[in-house]
Amino acid sequence: MKSTDVPQDDANMLQGKFKEPVYSLDENGNYTTVKSVGWDPKNEVMQEAWDVINEKVEATREKVLAGELSPIAFHLENNLMDVSLLAKYMGFWKWKVKRHLKPKHFNKLNDEVLEKYAEVFDISKDELMDFTKFTKK
Amino acid sequence: MDKIINFEHKQSAHCENGVVSNLMKFYGIEISEPMVFGIGSGLFFSHMPFLKVNGIPVTSFRPLPGVIFKRISRRLGIKFEKKKYSKPDKAMSELDKNLDKGIPTGMLVGVYHLTYFPDPYRFHFNAHNLVVYGKKGDDYYISDPIMDKYETLTYNELKRVRYAKGLFAPNGHMYWVKESPEKAKLEKAIIKGIKHTCKDMLTIPVPMFGVKGIKFLSRKLRNYPKKLGARKAASYTGQIVRAQEEIGTGGAGFRYMYGAFLQEASEVLNNPELKDLSFEISDIGDKWREFAVITGRIVKNRNKVDESYDAAADLLLKIANMEEAFFKKLKKAIS
Repeated sequence: MKSTDVPQDDANMLQGKFKEPVYSLDENGNYTTVKSVGWDPKNEVMQEAWDVINEKVEATREKVLAGELSPIAFHLENNLMDVSLLAKYMGFWKWKVKRHLKPKHFNKLNDEVLEKYAEVFDISKDELMDFTKFTKK
Repeated sequence: MDKIINFEHKQSAHCENGVVSNLMKFYGIEISEPMVFGIGSGLFFSHMPFLKVNGIPVTSFRPLPGVIFKRISRRLGIKFEKKKYSKPDKAMSELDKNLDKGIPTGMLVGVYHLTYFPDPYRFHFNAHNLVVYGKKGDDYYISDPIMDKYETLTYNELKRVRYAKGLFAPNGHMYWVKESPEKAKLEKAIIKGIKHTCKDMLTIPVPMFGVKGIKFLSRKLRNYPKKLGARKAASYTGQIVRAQEEIGTGGAGFRYMYGAFLQEASEVLNNPELKDLSFEISDIGDKWREFAVITGRIVKNRNKVDESYDAAADLLLKIANMEEAFFKKLKKAIS
Protein backbone atom coordinates (compact mmCIF):
# COMPACT_ATOMS: atom_id res chain seq x y z
CA MET A 1 0.00 0.00 0.00
CA LYS A 2 1.17 3.51 -0.75
CA SER A 3 1.44 5.96 2.13
CA THR A 4 -0.93 8.31 0.37
CA ASP A 5 -3.57 5.54 0.26
CA VAL A 6 -3.65 4.89 4.02
CA PRO A 7 -7.33 5.38 4.87
CA GLN A 8 -8.54 7.91 7.42
CA ASP A 9 -12.14 6.80 8.01
CA ASP A 10 -13.08 7.94 11.47
CA ALA A 11 -15.89 6.06 13.23
CA ASN A 12 -14.65 7.12 16.66
CA MET A 13 -13.41 3.59 17.39
CA LEU A 14 -10.23 4.98 18.94
CA GLN A 15 -12.10 7.79 20.73
CA GLY A 16 -9.31 10.22 19.90
CA LYS A 17 -6.99 8.44 22.32
CA PHE A 18 -4.35 7.55 19.74
CA LYS A 19 -3.90 6.81 16.06
CA GLU A 20 -2.75 3.50 14.69
CA PRO A 21 0.50 3.26 12.76
CA VAL A 22 0.02 1.56 9.39
CA TYR A 23 3.07 0.40 7.46
CA SER A 24 3.14 1.59 3.88
CA LEU A 25 5.42 2.66 1.03
CA ASP A 26 6.34 6.30 0.53
CA GLU A 27 6.93 7.96 -2.88
CA ASN A 28 10.54 6.67 -2.94
CA GLY A 29 9.52 3.07 -2.29
CA ASN A 30 10.69 3.13 1.32
CA TYR A 31 8.60 1.64 4.08
CA THR A 32 7.29 4.10 6.63
CA THR A 33 4.39 4.34 9.07
CA VAL A 34 1.38 6.58 8.61
CA LYS A 35 -0.97 7.13 11.51
CA SER A 36 -4.56 6.28 10.78
CA VAL A 37 -7.80 7.01 12.65
CA GLY A 38 -9.55 4.04 11.06
CA TRP A 39 -10.74 2.23 7.98
CA ASP A 40 -14.34 1.60 6.92
CA PRO A 41 -14.23 -2.22 6.52
CA LYS A 42 -12.56 -2.52 9.91
CA ASN A 43 -15.04 -0.12 11.52
CA GLU A 44 -17.81 -2.21 10.01
CA VAL A 45 -16.63 -5.54 11.46
CA MET A 46 -15.94 -3.95 14.84
CA GLN A 47 -19.43 -2.47 14.91
CA GLU A 48 -20.96 -5.83 14.01
CA ALA A 49 -19.14 -7.52 16.90
CA TRP A 50 -20.47 -4.86 19.27
CA ASP A 51 -23.99 -5.18 17.85
CA VAL A 52 -23.95 -8.89 18.70
CA ILE A 53 -22.82 -8.13 22.24
CA ASN A 54 -25.35 -5.33 22.70
CA GLU A 55 -28.23 -7.51 21.49
CA LYS A 56 -27.27 -10.13 24.04
CA VAL A 57 -27.07 -7.52 26.79
CA GLU A 58 -30.52 -6.17 25.88
CA ALA A 59 -32.09 -9.64 25.79
CA THR A 60 -30.65 -10.40 29.22
CA ARG A 61 -31.88 -7.07 30.58
CA GLU A 62 -35.41 -8.01 29.51
CA LYS A 63 -35.12 -11.35 31.25
CA VAL A 64 -33.95 -9.74 34.47
CA LEU A 65 -36.87 -7.32 34.35
CA ALA A 66 -39.23 -10.24 33.75
CA GLY A 67 -37.85 -11.94 36.85
CA GLU A 68 -36.37 -14.88 34.94
CA LEU A 69 -32.75 -14.06 35.72
CA SER A 70 -30.89 -12.24 38.49
CA PRO A 71 -29.05 -8.93 37.95
CA ILE A 72 -25.81 -10.89 37.98
CA ALA A 73 -26.77 -12.38 34.61
CA PHE A 74 -27.11 -8.87 33.19
CA HIS A 75 -23.81 -7.59 34.57
CA LEU A 76 -22.09 -10.72 33.35
CA GLU A 77 -23.15 -9.97 29.77
CA ASN A 78 -22.59 -6.26 30.19
CA ASN A 79 -18.98 -6.97 31.20
CA LEU A 80 -18.44 -9.25 28.18
CA MET A 81 -17.95 -12.23 30.47
CA ASP A 82 -19.12 -15.81 30.46
CA VAL A 83 -19.85 -17.99 33.48
CA SER A 84 -16.40 -19.52 33.47
CA LEU A 85 -14.61 -16.15 33.45
CA LEU A 86 -16.85 -14.70 36.16
CA ALA A 87 -16.27 -17.82 38.26
CA LYS A 88 -12.52 -17.21 38.01
CA TYR A 89 -12.86 -13.58 39.07
CA MET A 90 -15.06 -14.66 42.00
CA GLY A 91 -12.95 -17.63 42.98
CA PHE A 92 -16.04 -19.87 42.82
CA TRP A 93 -16.89 -23.05 41.01
CA LYS A 94 -18.90 -22.53 37.84
CA TRP A 95 -22.02 -24.25 39.20
CA LYS A 96 -22.10 -21.79 42.05
CA VAL A 97 -22.09 -18.79 39.74
CA LYS A 98 -24.74 -20.46 37.58
CA ARG A 99 -26.99 -20.75 40.63
CA HIS A 100 -26.54 -17.05 41.38
CA LEU A 101 -27.97 -16.22 37.97
CA LYS A 102 -31.34 -17.39 39.26
CA PRO A 103 -33.34 -14.79 41.23
CA LYS A 104 -34.28 -17.38 43.86
CA HIS A 105 -30.65 -17.95 44.85
CA PHE A 106 -29.54 -14.39 44.24
CA ASN A 107 -32.04 -13.11 46.80
CA LYS A 108 -30.44 -15.29 49.46
CA LEU A 109 -26.85 -14.14 48.92
CA ASN A 110 -25.06 -12.64 51.90
CA ASP A 111 -23.47 -9.17 51.91
CA GLU A 112 -19.95 -10.43 51.54
CA VAL A 113 -20.65 -12.29 48.30
CA LEU A 114 -22.70 -9.39 46.95
CA GLU A 115 -19.88 -6.96 47.71
CA LYS A 116 -17.49 -9.17 45.82
CA TYR A 117 -19.73 -9.38 42.77
CA ALA A 118 -20.17 -5.61 42.84
CA GLU A 119 -16.41 -5.13 42.99
CA VAL A 120 -15.83 -7.43 40.00
CA PHE A 121 -18.48 -5.54 38.02
CA ASP A 122 -17.08 -2.16 39.05
CA ILE A 123 -20.36 -1.00 40.61
CA SER A 124 -21.58 -0.47 44.17
CA LYS A 125 -23.51 -3.10 46.09
CA ASP A 126 -26.59 -0.86 46.03
CA GLU A 127 -26.40 -0.65 42.24
CA LEU A 128 -26.18 -4.43 42.07
CA MET A 129 -29.25 -4.85 44.28
CA ASP A 130 -31.36 -2.12 42.74
CA PHE A 131 -31.75 -2.91 39.05
CA THR A 132 -33.83 0.20 38.26
CA LYS A 133 -30.65 2.07 37.34
CA PHE A 134 -30.04 -0.42 34.56
CA THR A 135 -33.53 -0.59 33.12
CA LYS A 136 -32.57 1.59 30.18
CA LYS A 137 -29.31 2.50 28.58
CA MET B 1 9.04 6.33 47.01
CA ASP B 2 9.12 8.50 43.92
CA LYS B 3 11.30 7.41 41.08
CA ILE B 4 11.08 8.04 37.38
CA ILE B 5 13.54 6.31 35.11
CA ASN B 6 14.68 8.19 32.04
CA PHE B 7 12.95 5.89 29.57
CA GLU B 8 12.23 6.84 25.99
CA HIS B 9 8.76 5.86 24.84
CA LYS B 10 8.13 5.20 21.19
CA GLN B 11 4.79 4.19 19.74
CA SER B 12 4.74 1.03 17.69
CA ALA B 13 2.03 -0.97 15.98
CA HIS B 14 2.32 -4.18 17.98
CA CYS B 15 2.83 -4.43 21.74
CA GLU B 16 5.22 -7.36 21.89
CA ASN B 17 7.61 -5.93 19.29
CA GLY B 18 7.24 -2.46 20.74
CA VAL B 19 8.19 -3.43 24.27
CA VAL B 20 11.28 -5.29 23.10
CA SER B 21 12.28 -2.42 20.81
CA ASN B 22 11.82 0.20 23.56
CA LEU B 23 13.62 -1.89 26.20
CA MET B 24 16.57 -2.56 23.88
CA LYS B 25 16.84 1.14 23.14
CA PHE B 26 17.15 1.79 26.87
CA TYR B 27 20.16 -0.56 26.90
CA GLY B 28 21.75 1.20 23.96
CA ILE B 29 20.67 -1.06 21.11
CA GLU B 30 18.66 0.50 18.31
CA ILE B 31 16.41 -2.10 16.77
CA SER B 32 13.23 -1.20 14.93
CA GLU B 33 9.83 -2.74 15.40
CA PRO B 34 9.82 -4.53 12.00
CA MET B 35 13.28 -5.92 12.80
CA VAL B 36 12.07 -7.35 16.11
CA PHE B 37 9.02 -8.76 14.34
CA GLY B 38 11.00 -10.38 11.53
CA ILE B 39 13.75 -11.86 13.72
CA GLY B 40 11.08 -13.12 16.11
CA SER B 41 9.28 -14.79 13.14
CA GLY B 42 6.07 -12.96 13.97
CA LEU B 43 4.32 -13.56 10.65
CA PHE B 44 2.00 -16.54 10.66
CA PHE B 45 -1.42 -17.78 9.71
CA SER B 46 -3.72 -20.21 11.47
CA HIS B 47 -7.38 -21.07 11.30
CA MET B 48 -8.68 -23.39 14.00
CA PRO B 49 -12.40 -24.12 13.61
CA PHE B 50 -12.59 -26.16 16.81
CA LEU B 51 -11.08 -23.39 18.94
CA LYS B 52 -13.78 -20.79 19.51
CA VAL B 53 -13.83 -17.43 21.24
CA ASN B 54 -17.34 -16.11 21.94
CA GLY B 55 -18.64 -18.92 19.75
CA ILE B 56 -16.60 -17.90 16.70
CA PRO B 57 -13.69 -19.96 15.29
CA VAL B 58 -10.29 -18.40 15.79
CA THR B 59 -8.30 -17.13 12.84
CA SER B 60 -4.95 -15.64 13.65
CA PHE B 61 -2.17 -13.88 11.76
CA ARG B 62 0.46 -14.28 14.47
CA PRO B 63 1.93 -17.00 16.68
CA LEU B 64 0.77 -17.39 20.29
CA PRO B 65 1.55 -14.49 22.62
CA GLY B 66 5.08 -14.60 24.01
CA VAL B 67 6.54 -16.55 21.09
CA ILE B 68 8.05 -13.55 19.28
CA PHE B 69 9.52 -12.48 22.59
CA LYS B 70 11.11 -15.84 23.24
CA ARG B 71 12.60 -16.09 19.76
CA ILE B 72 14.02 -12.60 19.63
CA SER B 73 15.74 -12.96 23.00
CA ARG B 74 17.27 -16.28 21.97
CA ARG B 75 18.36 -15.07 18.54
CA LEU B 76 19.92 -11.82 19.75
CA GLY B 77 21.32 -13.18 23.00
CA ILE B 78 19.30 -10.96 25.31
CA LYS B 79 18.71 -12.50 28.73
CA PHE B 80 15.49 -11.68 30.51
CA GLU B 81 14.59 -12.29 34.12
CA LYS B 82 10.97 -13.45 34.36
CA LYS B 83 8.81 -13.71 37.46
CA LYS B 84 5.24 -14.55 38.38
CA TYR B 85 3.72 -14.00 41.78
CA SER B 86 0.85 -15.73 43.49
CA LYS B 87 0.25 -12.71 45.75
CA PRO B 88 -0.75 -9.46 43.99
CA ASP B 89 0.67 -7.22 46.71
CA LYS B 90 4.01 -8.97 46.44
CA ALA B 91 3.94 -8.51 42.65
CA MET B 92 3.52 -4.78 43.24
CA SER B 93 6.21 -4.45 45.92
CA GLU B 94 8.69 -6.37 43.75
CA LEU B 95 7.91 -3.95 40.93
CA ASP B 96 8.66 -1.04 43.29
CA LYS B 97 12.00 -2.61 44.17
CA ASN B 98 12.87 -2.88 40.47
CA LEU B 99 11.95 0.74 39.81
CA ASP B 100 14.02 1.79 42.80
CA LYS B 101 17.01 0.08 41.23
CA GLY B 102 16.34 1.92 37.97
CA ILE B 103 15.16 -1.11 36.01
CA PRO B 104 12.37 -0.46 33.49
CA THR B 105 10.12 -3.47 33.87
CA GLY B 106 7.96 -5.13 31.26
CA MET B 107 4.79 -6.93 32.14
CA LEU B 108 1.75 -8.72 30.83
CA VAL B 109 -1.66 -7.25 31.52
CA GLY B 110 -5.32 -7.71 30.64
CA VAL B 111 -6.81 -5.10 28.34
CA TYR B 112 -10.37 -5.06 29.66
CA HIS B 113 -9.68 -2.88 32.70
CA LEU B 114 -7.00 -0.75 31.09
CA THR B 115 -8.46 2.68 31.81
CA TYR B 116 -6.69 4.62 29.06
CA PHE B 117 -7.73 2.18 26.29
CA PRO B 118 -10.49 3.19 23.84
CA ASP B 119 -13.72 1.46 24.93
CA PRO B 120 -14.47 -0.29 21.61
CA TYR B 121 -11.20 -2.22 22.01
CA ARG B 122 -11.68 -3.28 25.61
CA PHE B 123 -12.16 -7.04 25.39
CA HIS B 124 -10.96 -9.69 27.82
CA PHE B 125 -7.61 -10.10 26.12
CA ASN B 126 -4.84 -10.88 28.57
CA ALA B 127 -1.58 -10.90 26.67
CA HIS B 128 -0.93 -7.19 26.29
CA ASN B 129 2.60 -5.96 27.03
CA LEU B 130 3.73 -2.69 28.53
CA VAL B 131 6.69 -1.23 30.41
CA VAL B 132 6.48 0.44 33.81
CA TYR B 133 9.28 2.96 34.21
CA GLY B 134 8.38 5.09 37.17
CA LYS B 135 6.26 5.83 40.18
CA LYS B 136 5.12 9.09 41.70
CA GLY B 137 2.82 9.00 44.70
CA ASP B 138 0.12 6.46 43.84
CA ASP B 139 0.72 6.71 40.08
CA TYR B 140 2.76 4.35 37.96
CA TYR B 141 4.28 5.66 34.73
CA ILE B 142 3.48 3.41 31.82
CA SER B 143 5.05 3.10 28.41
CA ASP B 144 2.38 1.24 26.45
CA PRO B 145 3.71 0.62 22.94
CA ILE B 146 0.40 1.14 21.22
CA MET B 147 -0.18 4.60 22.76
CA ASP B 148 1.29 7.86 21.36
CA LYS B 149 2.60 9.05 24.69
CA TYR B 150 3.16 7.73 28.18
CA GLU B 151 0.18 6.94 30.41
CA THR B 152 -0.32 6.52 34.14
CA LEU B 153 -2.21 3.95 36.19
CA THR B 154 -2.88 4.03 39.93
CA TYR B 155 -1.62 1.27 42.21
CA ASN B 156 -5.03 -0.41 42.24
CA GLU B 157 -5.59 -0.03 38.50
CA LEU B 158 -2.23 -1.59 37.70
CA LYS B 159 -2.75 -4.40 40.21
CA ARG B 160 -6.10 -5.15 38.66
CA VAL B 161 -4.84 -5.50 35.08
CA ARG B 162 -1.88 -7.58 36.25
CA TYR B 163 -4.31 -10.04 37.78
CA ALA B 164 -6.87 -10.21 34.98
CA LYS B 165 -8.44 -13.67 34.76
CA GLY B 166 -9.21 -16.03 31.91
CA LEU B 167 -7.20 -17.27 28.93
CA PHE B 168 -3.49 -16.28 29.23
CA ALA B 169 -4.09 -14.88 32.73
CA PRO B 170 -0.90 -12.92 33.46
CA ASN B 171 -0.65 -13.79 37.19
CA GLY B 172 1.51 -10.74 37.79
CA HIS B 173 4.07 -11.86 35.21
CA MET B 174 6.87 -9.34 34.83
CA TYR B 175 10.22 -9.36 33.05
CA TRP B 176 13.28 -7.23 32.68
CA VAL B 177 16.62 -7.28 30.87
CA LYS B 178 19.28 -9.08 32.87
CA GLU B 179 21.97 -9.17 30.25
CA SER B 180 22.08 -7.54 26.87
CA PRO B 181 24.74 -7.81 24.17
CA GLU B 182 26.89 -4.74 23.51
CA LYS B 183 25.88 -4.72 19.89
CA ALA B 184 23.14 -6.65 18.18
CA LYS B 185 24.46 -9.20 15.68
CA LEU B 186 21.66 -8.96 13.21
CA GLU B 187 22.86 -10.97 10.20
CA LYS B 188 22.56 -14.47 11.61
CA ALA B 189 19.43 -13.60 13.55
CA ILE B 190 17.69 -12.27 10.44
CA ILE B 191 18.42 -15.43 8.47
CA LYS B 192 17.19 -17.61 11.32
CA GLY B 193 14.05 -15.53 11.62
CA ILE B 194 13.27 -15.72 7.89
CA LYS B 195 13.96 -19.46 7.70
CA HIS B 196 11.61 -20.11 10.58
CA THR B 197 8.82 -18.05 9.01
CA CYS B 198 9.19 -19.86 5.67
CA LYS B 199 9.02 -23.18 7.51
CA ASP B 200 5.90 -22.12 9.43
CA MET B 201 4.15 -20.89 6.32
CA LEU B 202 5.09 -23.75 3.99
CA THR B 203 5.70 -27.02 5.76
CA ILE B 204 3.59 -27.58 8.87
CA PRO B 205 1.89 -30.88 7.99
CA VAL B 206 -1.55 -29.92 9.31
CA PRO B 207 -4.13 -28.12 7.17
CA MET B 208 -4.80 -25.39 9.75
CA PHE B 209 -1.50 -23.54 9.52
CA GLY B 210 0.44 -21.40 7.07
CA VAL B 211 -0.47 -21.34 3.39
CA LYS B 212 -2.47 -24.56 3.83
CA GLY B 213 -4.46 -22.82 6.53
CA ILE B 214 -5.46 -20.02 4.14
CA LYS B 215 -6.69 -22.59 1.61
CA PHE B 216 -8.54 -24.41 4.38
CA LEU B 217 -10.24 -21.18 5.44
CA SER B 218 -11.18 -20.47 1.83
CA ARG B 219 -13.03 -23.82 1.64
CA LYS B 220 -14.77 -23.23 4.96
CA LEU B 221 -15.77 -19.68 4.10
CA ARG B 222 -17.38 -20.70 0.82
CA ASN B 223 -19.82 -22.86 2.81
CA TYR B 224 -20.52 -20.38 5.60
CA PRO B 225 -23.80 -18.94 4.23
CA LYS B 226 -25.23 -22.39 3.47
CA LYS B 227 -24.11 -23.89 6.74
CA LEU B 228 -24.66 -21.02 9.14
CA GLY B 229 -27.29 -18.70 7.71
CA ALA B 230 -26.78 -15.06 6.81
CA ARG B 231 -26.27 -13.53 10.22
CA LYS B 232 -23.86 -16.05 11.68
CA ALA B 233 -21.91 -16.35 8.45
CA ALA B 234 -21.34 -12.60 8.57
CA SER B 235 -20.12 -12.82 12.18
CA TYR B 236 -17.69 -15.62 11.34
CA THR B 237 -16.31 -13.74 8.34
CA GLY B 238 -16.11 -10.46 10.22
CA GLN B 239 -13.94 -12.12 12.86
CA ILE B 240 -11.30 -12.95 10.24
CA VAL B 241 -10.98 -9.30 9.33
CA ARG B 242 -10.99 -8.24 12.96
CA ALA B 243 -7.94 -10.45 13.50
CA GLN B 244 -6.37 -9.24 10.27
CA GLU B 245 -6.74 -5.54 11.01
CA GLU B 246 -6.56 -5.72 14.81
CA ILE B 247 -4.62 -3.00 16.60
CA GLY B 248 -0.98 -3.88 16.29
CA THR B 249 -0.87 -5.63 12.94
CA GLY B 250 0.27 -2.49 11.15
CA GLY B 251 -2.30 -3.37 8.47
CA ALA B 252 -3.12 -6.47 6.38
CA GLY B 253 -2.38 -9.07 9.04
CA PHE B 254 1.26 -7.99 9.60
CA ARG B 255 2.06 -8.36 5.87
CA TYR B 256 3.04 -4.69 5.50
CA MET B 257 5.17 -4.81 8.63
CA TYR B 258 6.94 -7.85 7.25
CA GLY B 259 7.68 -5.88 4.09
CA ALA B 260 9.31 -3.18 6.19
CA PHE B 261 11.40 -5.88 7.84
CA LEU B 262 12.54 -7.35 4.51
CA GLN B 263 13.53 -3.92 3.26
CA GLU B 264 15.67 -3.32 6.34
CA ALA B 265 17.05 -6.85 6.12
CA SER B 266 18.06 -6.33 2.49
CA GLU B 267 20.30 -3.44 3.61
CA VAL B 268 21.83 -5.35 6.52
CA LEU B 269 22.53 -8.46 4.43
CA ASN B 270 23.26 -6.49 1.28
CA ASN B 271 20.75 -8.67 -0.54
CA PRO B 272 18.75 -6.81 -3.23
CA GLU B 273 16.46 -9.78 -3.75
CA LEU B 274 14.95 -9.17 -0.33
CA LYS B 275 14.10 -5.65 -1.37
CA ASP B 276 12.15 -6.92 -4.39
CA LEU B 277 10.34 -9.34 -2.11
CA SER B 278 9.53 -6.49 0.28
CA PHE B 279 7.44 -4.93 -2.51
CA GLU B 280 5.85 -8.26 -3.39
CA ILE B 281 4.57 -8.79 0.15
CA SER B 282 3.11 -5.29 0.08
CA ASP B 283 1.09 -6.35 -3.00
CA ILE B 284 -0.04 -9.47 -1.15
CA GLY B 285 -1.04 -7.22 1.75
CA ASP B 286 -3.16 -5.20 -0.69
CA LYS B 287 -5.00 -8.41 -1.61
CA TRP B 288 -5.74 -9.04 2.08
CA ARG B 289 -7.10 -5.50 2.27
CA GLU B 290 -9.29 -6.27 -0.75
CA PHE B 291 -10.58 -9.29 1.13
CA ALA B 292 -11.42 -6.98 4.05
CA VAL B 293 -13.36 -4.68 1.73
CA ILE B 294 -15.53 -7.55 0.49
CA THR B 295 -16.03 -8.70 4.07
CA GLY B 296 -16.99 -5.20 5.16
CA ARG B 297 -19.75 -5.31 2.57
CA ILE B 298 -20.91 -8.78 3.64
CA VAL B 299 -21.07 -7.64 7.25
CA LYS B 300 -22.95 -4.49 6.36
CA ASN B 301 -25.66 -6.51 4.58
CA ARG B 302 -25.61 -9.13 7.30
CA ASN B 303 -29.31 -9.82 7.38
CA LYS B 304 -29.51 -11.26 3.89
CA VAL B 305 -27.22 -13.80 2.28
CA ASP B 306 -24.66 -11.87 0.33
CA GLU B 307 -23.46 -13.17 -2.99
CA SER B 308 -19.90 -12.12 -2.26
CA TYR B 309 -18.90 -15.24 -0.32
CA ASP B 310 -17.68 -16.98 -3.46
CA ALA B 311 -15.68 -13.94 -4.47
CA ALA B 312 -14.18 -13.76 -0.96
CA ALA B 313 -13.27 -17.46 -0.99
CA ASP B 314 -11.73 -17.15 -4.47
CA LEU B 315 -9.66 -14.22 -3.30
CA LEU B 316 -8.39 -16.17 -0.28
CA LEU B 317 -7.33 -18.99 -2.56
CA LYS B 318 -5.50 -16.51 -4.76
CA ILE B 319 -3.76 -15.03 -1.72
CA ALA B 320 -2.74 -18.52 -0.58
CA ASN B 321 -1.15 -19.22 -3.93
CA MET B 322 0.60 -15.85 -3.95
CA GLU B 323 1.97 -16.46 -0.46
CA GLU B 324 3.10 -19.95 -1.34
CA ALA B 325 5.12 -18.62 -4.27
CA PHE B 326 6.38 -15.73 -2.15
CA PHE B 327 7.72 -17.83 0.71
CA LYS B 328 9.37 -20.28 -1.67
CA LYS B 329 11.23 -17.38 -3.28
CA LEU B 330 12.09 -15.95 0.12
CA LYS B 331 13.53 -19.26 1.26
CA LYS B 332 15.69 -19.39 -1.84
CA ALA B 333 16.80 -15.79 -1.46
CA ILE B 334 18.54 -16.43 1.84
CA SER B 335 19.92 -19.90 1.26
